[in-house]
Amino acid sequence: MDLGTIWFILWGVLWAVYFILDGFDLGLGTLLPFLAKTEDEKRIFYNAMGPFWDGNEVWLITAGGVTFAAFPTTYAVMFSGLYSALMLLLFSLIIRGVCFEFRSKVESPGWKKLWDTCLFIGSFAPALLLGVAFANIFKGIPIDQDHIFQGTLFTLLNPYGLAGGILFVLLFAHHGALWLAIKSEGGLRERAFAMAGKIWPIMAGWIVLFLVFSMFATNLFSNYLRWPLLLAILLIPVGGLVLTKVYAAKARAWAAWGASAAVIGGTALFGVMGIFPALLPSSLNPAFSMTIENSASSPLTLSIMLGVALVFVPVVIAYQIWNFRTFRHPVTKDDLDYEEAY
Amino acid sequence: MDVLMLSRLQFAFATFIHFIFVPLTLGLSILVAYMETKYVRTGDETYKKMAKFWGKLFLINFALGVVTGLTLEFQFGTNWSRYSMYVGDIFGSLLAIEATAAFFLESTFVAVWVFGWKKLSKTFHAVCIWIVAFAANLSALWIILANGFMQNPMGYVIRNGRAELDSFYAVITNGFAWSQYVHTVVGSYVLAGFFVMGVSAWHLLRKHNTDFFTKSFRIGLGFALVASLVVAIQGHTHGNEVARVQPAKLAAMESHWETGKNVPMYLLSIPDEKNEKNTVEAFGIPSMLSILAFNDPAAEVKGLKDFAPEDRPPVTLTFLSFRLMVGLGTLMILLTVWGFLKRKQLQDNPRYLQFMVWAIPAPYLALQAGWAVAEVGRQPWIVYGLMRTKDAVSPIATSQVAVSLAAFVVVYLLLASLDIYLLAKYARKVPA
Repeated sequence: MDLGTIWFILWGVLWAVYFILDGFDLGLGTLLPFLAKTEDEKRIFYNAMGPFWDGNEVWLITAGGVTFAAFPTTYAVMFSGLYSALMLLLFSLIIRGVCFEFRSKVESPGWKKLWDTCLFIGSFAPALLLGVAFANIFKGIPIDQDHIFQGTLFTLLNPYGLAGGILFVLLFAHHGALWLAIKSEGGLRERAFAMAGKIWPIMAGWIVLFLVFSMFATNLFSNYLRWPLLLAILLIPVGGLVLTKVYAAKARAWAAWGASAAVIGGTALFGVMGIFPALLPSSLNPAFSMTIENSASSPLTLSIMLGVALVFVPVVIAYQIWNFRTFRHPVTKDDLDYEEAY
Repeated sequence: MDVLMLSRLQFAFATFIHFIFVPLTLGLSILVAYMETKYVRTGDETYKKMAKFWGKLFLINFALGVVTGLTLEFQFGTNWSRYSMYVGDIFGSLLAIEATAAFFLESTFVAVWVFGWKKLSKTFHAVCIWIVAFAANLSALWIILANGFMQNPMGYVIRNGRAELDSFYAVITNGFAWSQYVHTVVGSYVLAGFFVMGVSAWHLLRKHNTDFFTKSFRIGLGFALVASLVVAIQGHTHGNEVARVQPAKLAAMESHWETGKNVPMYLLSIPDEKNEKNTVEAFGIPSMLSILAFNDPAAEVKGLKDFAPEDRPPVTLTFLSFRLMVGLGTLMILLTVWGFLKRKQLQDNPRYLQFMVWAIPAPYLALQAGWAVAEVGRQPWIVYGLMRTKDAVSPIATSQVAVSLAAFVVVYLLLASLDIYLLAKYARKVPA
């Protein structure tokens, strides 16, 4: 397997991991106005994400950074072409990012409400925009022979793009609800499971709809038709979809969340494998697509970066798992009284 | 206003705002770690309170550093796509390493530190903030290695219409970049020291918890005294590097027009960029510029006129920024020396304490001025000698950038103001 292909796989995996991790806090932020009824419950939301959200977000920085390092031409075309969408994503993440630190710093209901609103917008919008962006990547965007994007923000808001946006919102909200079930107790925990249960059928239906839509709107299935064995990847999201419902019904929060992670990760990988070897297909002409071949870095860079990744990524995963284990317990009233709590 | 100008303004604005918050992160993380370590080793609860008090300010500041940092990674692609395509082979890797090796470490362990006071052992909890300090300073290294490549490209070969990596070793051992790095982080330590001193001085003037704030002041003082001297001395050697590899920038820094030997330095110069001269040149120190640039009074220092006008950086801005930085740097040395002499009788010197409160913005201005020298002085090049900034911008609609620039100005000024408001609010609280 050549370096370009190895990096393509790593690139896909990085995006999948980012969606699995930041997905739960973006989902949780989206659910804030719907599930948190009291001030204490709102604080539980913030503290449920507190030890994790920033470390989760770094997977986005890494995915973007790796796109830049391994496929610089794709990075350049993608970020400049999807300018408006990415700026909206960026601003949403910026306003989300400050909520955690700011909210508890002034004892005023108006102040807290402001940041709660920012958390909601800063969670819902990124989910929607990431879904729109990736659906459009799966579908292909109008890039011409000079790799210039011949469209606007509204080009991306086509039906398939919007379907992808809604898909991500549903996936992340479901994922966030299960995280809340892990990190809460009593009535809130029950409501978290109930919310996951309510979202599940909509999400499952939407996944099916999205897959069918993909058959008509994209070339995602062409790789799978050529190598049908690859369809085995669908076992991950489908299996996860079934298991998450089973575990949630048994109130096994971690297991349900893990299965939900499989749904998200599996969906992302399905899409990425579908566009291989293109990273940014062109809807104008396949010859204009950004591919491994026409956008990869030099072999020297790819091999050095591979060495760096093989050393550092396992270390990162190890200490992030340690972090999740250290702070796995539900957020209790005592935790809210803790001096440094959000 | 075209795409190029708007993109320049946007990048400059976004970076300047980011760099309000970053230096304090770099330096204060070390000070907080030091305070907490003293607590662990002595059991003295005052140091625990200090770690929490200054730590809270650290965290308020850190939040803005994080969110404004996101923008920068995006911006290379959004607004400078041609640049990204041209040097991504090298530049992109450095950014990816910054994220993988440093950002993950920093963001994971800062959260552990915030939430882990009761869950972890005293020692391990202190280790966490040291990890944060290490990771923050490590991330600065990688981004400055990347900037260093822009300033003094090496380890590359031009192939396939772009700069491709030829020697990773050369890229990461780029002496110019390391010199920039040391200068930046040590400057950041001055800032952190002045922040702690200034806030402590405010409390000491009001006789709040004098033991706590005297101890804090002295920690800030030691840090800032050493750092302000080192940054000046090392700044000189960095200046030698600039003279060697970026002669046009050096000439602009001093508004030096005519190539010559035994070049004096004028304490007062007023540049007249349009007419390629200085309208005023007064208080000249003989051969000083030759000495400063090359450690040799007879050294030849190239003047701006040696460079075609399109190869010169904006002179007035570079010149003023440099003088501002050096002036403030000198002031800060004087203030730290004064503090050192009065360190045992701080409360008997209210005038000094008041100066230290007013001096809080000084290192902020100095650091921004320094970066202005580095980046404005590098113009017209985005990669020195290889690619011009005007050829690097993305082929996108002007309206998009106009809107995003306006959004940045509004959102950033709002968030920065709120952050500064919160910093001031929590800085004023008196610890029990």
